[in-house]
Amino acid sequence: MDILVCISHVPDTTAKINFSADGSSLDPSGVQFVINPYDEFGLTKALHIKEAQGGAITVLNVGGPETEPTLRKALAIGADKAVRIDATPTDAITVAQNIKNHISANAYDLIICGQESIDYNGQQVPAMVAAMLRYPFVNACVGLELDGTSASTKAEIDGGHASHKNTLPMIIGGKKGLVEEKDLRIPNMRGIMSARSKPLGVEEPTSGAAPTVSAAFEKPAGKAAIKMVEPDQIDELVRLLNEEAKAI
Amino acid sequence: MSVFVYVEDWNGALKKASFEAVSYAKTWADMLGESVVALVSCAAGEVSSLATYGADEIRTFTPTVSGFGVAEQVKSLSEGAKGLVIAGTNFGKTVAPAVAALGKGALSTNTISAPLQTAPLQVKRGAFSSKGIETITLEGAFPIICFTPNSIGIQERSGAGTVSSASAEGADLLELVEKSVTTGKIALPEADVVVSAGRGLKGPENWGMVEELADVLGAATACSKPVSDIGWRPHSEHVGQTGIQVNPNLYIAIGISGAIQHLAGVSASKTIVVVNTDAEAPFFKAADYGIVGDAFEVVPRLVDALRAFKAAQ
Repeated sequence: MDILVCISHVPDTTAKINFSADGSSLDPSGVQFVINPYDEFGLTKALHIKEAQGGAITVLNVGGPETEPTLRKALAIGADKAVRIDATPTDAITVAQNIKNHISANAYDLIICGQESIDYNGQQVPAMVAAMLRYPFVNACVGLELDGTSASTKAEIDGGHASHKNTLPMIIGGKKGLVEEKDLRIPNMRGIMSARSKPLGVEEPTSGAAPTVSAAFEKPAGKAAIKMVEPDQIDELVRLLNEEAKAI
Repeated sequence: MSVFVYVEDWNGALKKASFEAVSYAKTWADMLGESVVALVSCAAGEVSSLATYGADEIRTFTPTVSGFGVAEQVKSLSEGAKGLVIAGTNFGKTVAPAVAALGKGALSTNTISAPLQTAPLQVKRGAFSSKGIETITLEGAFPIICFTPNSIGIQERSGAGTVSSASAEGADLLELVEKSVTTGKIALPEADVVVSAGRGLKGPENWGMVEELADVLGAATACSKPVSDIGWRPHSEHVGQTGIQVNPNLYIAIGISGAIQHLAGVSASKTIVVVNTDAEAPFFKAADYGIVGDAFEVVPRLVDALRAFKAAQ
């Protein structure tokens, strides 16, 4: 079983997000970057599969050299090999095109992506790669069982769940449920040491016209000061929700 | 050519997101001086109601099962369109990127504004888990907008759209085994009001009052991550960064401290009410209204007050 796990390099959940003075980009100063949390569930699922039935796990990122520590961390957690496609991603379709080219040149049985990255929250790349390759695709995937050349999946849909049976190779956009929070692994010293000698290859990107362009970033307007209501003045809360917030 | 909108159905019925999608397409089409064509994935009698929201032409088609199959259908049925609108529901989010990949169109997901301009198209979208807003320009002849439900709103317009049927091929690359949708409950992503509770409730046996409050408000129920992790409530109720992201008109958080992972999933809500015994809970900083108090006293009182309020209306 050859598994590709696509990894995004994103600001830590708790990071304060600031933009450059001209509003054109994220200000990375003081920001800790991590493996995208959705991808971490996917990587852990890949480890479970490998441990149960054998195989190799490749982690892939489309990004500049600054993302290599994130790939090394994935190696330390247990991936066998890392690939960085050397491009500064500008939009989802360009990233998807590069991932597609890598998959076309390498035979993978299963491609695991996180449902979305917590930076641009696009939820675009996995579905795009799948469409380009005409591979089966399951988004919001919360369950995955492999059986030889097929995979049974469970996905969240609006108001419920859907189960699918798919022929490999396939792509999933995964999230918590693939594995649980308690299953996530922290690299140990042995993992960190062995990650140093695992292969991290750099591949040249294919360039394409980027059809979407970021024009500016801003922070959301701050909330007005909170209004506190005494616990014995519930009618006042109801009045505020009705007359002021127009929420009920 | 017109602005097209893909209108999703839920077992033959249309929902708020369907109407919001048509409203969005109409706003965009008006800016361009174009008409609106709605591609509807069901042939139910009520499809003609889409004219009320601005659809000039309503074309029904029989959808395939998968997002990719529908994307192929929508792509071929919207040949020559000036643009395409898709509601960012769970299914819409699998259709939109596939259409973009097939049609090489520019796509904005998580869109939270009407077009700011149309040549080229520019919109605002949520980014960095609601900690940032990105203004994005979509180049090319076939821009695609996938918007966050409940962020644009529904607008009724006068009109009488014509209804016809259309057909297109789409390939299902996967096989649907089973689909289970909880009926009789309001689905979280489309709820106008969400009542959410956390560890402050002390145990799953205490959720009755949360459900009662939700019932009075016509709200969906939700929970914090720790509560779903320890199994008090199902994962499908977990709102927050790695759970479901919601943006209702009203979000009531009971006994939730407001960890940043939770806020990332709810901070786009229009009005936030927080009830917590701890006056220092970080959630109060992100809320509009707050009550420092014991949920077991406050919630039943709130249920009574809301019942009286609803009865008086």
